[in-house]
Amino acid sequence: MRTLTKRQVAVAAAVLVLLALYPLAVRGSFPMHLMIMVFLFAMLGVSWNIMGGYAGMFSFGQAAFFGIGAYTSSFLLTAHQVNPWIGLLAGGVVAAVAAALIGIPCSNLRGHYFAIASIAFAEIVRIHFNNWKLIGAAEGLTIPMQDESLKNFMFHSSKAPYYYIMLGFLLLSLGVCSWVATSRMGFYLRAIKEGHDVAKVLGIDVVRYRMAAIMISAFLTAMAGTFYAQYILYLDPESVLILPISVQIVLVSMLGGAGSVMGPVIGAAILLPISEVTRVKLGFKGSGLDMIIYGTLIMLISVYQPQGVWGYLRTIGAKKK
Amino acid sequence: MSASALLDVRGVTKRFGGLLANDDVSFTVSEGEIVSIIGPNGAGKSTLFNCISGFYRPNAGTVRYRGRDITRLAADRICKLGIARTFQIVQVITDMTVLENVMTGAFLRTARNGAARERAEEVLRFAGLHEKLDAAATSLTIEDKKRLEVSMALATKPSLLMLDESMAGLNPVELRQMIALLRRVRESGVTLVIVEHVMEAVMELSDRVIVINSGRKIVEGPPKDVVVNPQVIQAYLGDRYHARG
Repeated sequence: MRTLTKRQVAVAAAVLVLLALYPLAVRGSFPMHLMIMVFLFAMLGVSWNIMGGYAGMFSFGQAAFFGIGAYTSSFLLTAHQVNPWIGLLAGGVVAAVAAALIGIPCSNLRGHYFAIASIAFAEIVRIHFNNWKLIGAAEGLTIPMQDESLKNFMFHSSKAPYYYIMLGFLLLSLGVCSWVATSRMGFYLRAIKEGHDVAKVLGIDVVRYRMAAIMISAFLTAMAGTFYAQYILYLDPESVLILPISVQIVLVSMLGGAGSVMGPVIGAAILLPISEVTRVKLGFKGSGLDMIIYGTLIMLISVYQPQGVWGYLRTIGAKKK
Repeated sequence: MSASALLDVRGVTKRFGGLLANDDVSFTVSEGEIVSIIGPNGAGKSTLFNCISGFYRPNAGTVRYRGRDITRLAADRICKLGIARTFQIVQVITDMTVLENVMTGAFLRTARNGAARERAEEVLRFAGLHEKLDAAATSLTIEDKKRLEVSMALATKPSLLMLDESMAGLNPVELRQMIALLRRVRESGVTLVIVEHVMEAVMELSDRVIVINSGRKIVEGPPKDVVVNPQVIQAYLGDRYHARG
């Protein structure tokens, strides 16, 4: 039913080749940084989409999982010299467990109520981390310098390795999401989004599938968090746990098109350059002009294209047929 | 209360605050039957459906299915055991196509896409919706939506199908088609319990009719006996009207 056409495979292959060649073609670190941020937020959006877009659990608290991932690997590295790749998996597991713990009491919350609970959860995590001495409290953690190597998850001479790792992570999350979307689980999550009654009447264990979606989403989000920590080499609660990150993740997904595998990727590709460029070009003036442009754009999209850009492209594609 | 009853409802009572929605309702359904539950608006028919299908927990009484107590089971577990139902207000998955909706039901018995699709197509052919496979669920007429909802329920391979007012709002032609569909469902080996106001369908389809009024079962019997029963006429039309005996 959802098998790709030859043309779609060709387009995907061409895009991948272009992305693989990109680091060779550009000079300077800003274009690299920009693409890494696009990939990062695309991955965060894809992960959000599994619970928000497919299952209708509008989480405005993804920063909690992002921060838990970043903090777990960084704490293990700074305090116990645990390799960040192991920390990456540990962070995923811790985030998934946290997701399960918060998911149980929220298992019957829907719509706005779920969104409010997710904000509360993320704020609790942020405030707690801000005061938790063991992990540096408000001062945060600094990732110790190590030799440049893939094993150490650390590179000094070029951003290219980070670029390729992040691209790999994004492809992994896309793989997970499209597996979820096309399998029984995807059907079940969409039924749950429609309503718990209609899902139950089809024999769907609503709580179980919601939990699975939250945990998968949290795991992937935490992976992105570890990447971010290894990339920026410093983290504190204000850089990974704040609400604007959660909002950005939702925006990327909604703009691109929630409930479609590629939607958040499109959203990140549009939104991140705008937010990064307006921040760099206009942010220093202190007038908030960057945020005004950014906000206007979001309003226009939500009014005129609530299906997201991907939804718009699809309706055009359907008309052509 | 034969041991062979497919469904055995005993003394089901459901209260909402001071309101007694179901009061000590008992009845059984045997395999292969079509049983209709009728009664005036607000009599407690839908509540009874919800008590049987696991959406409500009755305050008292038991529901047995194939001899097994299912009173406290969750709705999805009950569906898995083989009791499917529809809702009074049609419930389909709005952002899915017709086929995807029915596949979602079929996934209860298989994890494989291919098998679910096959089952869904088979059910849709059976229900006469096969030509609208790829239509968006929201684009269907009310009749087709009701067919779709029945198809989704059938895709879960139930032994017992409970339909809540599947005839309401249909025109005479659509009504004939829906009655024919339910006949075919019964012939395929599925037992039916229907809540219905459309008496034409009730009279034609039912082996037995159960009449509920103010939460209580007042009469049970073959359709032609029930409609002339003085208690039933009184329940629908009030005290001033009585059947001429």
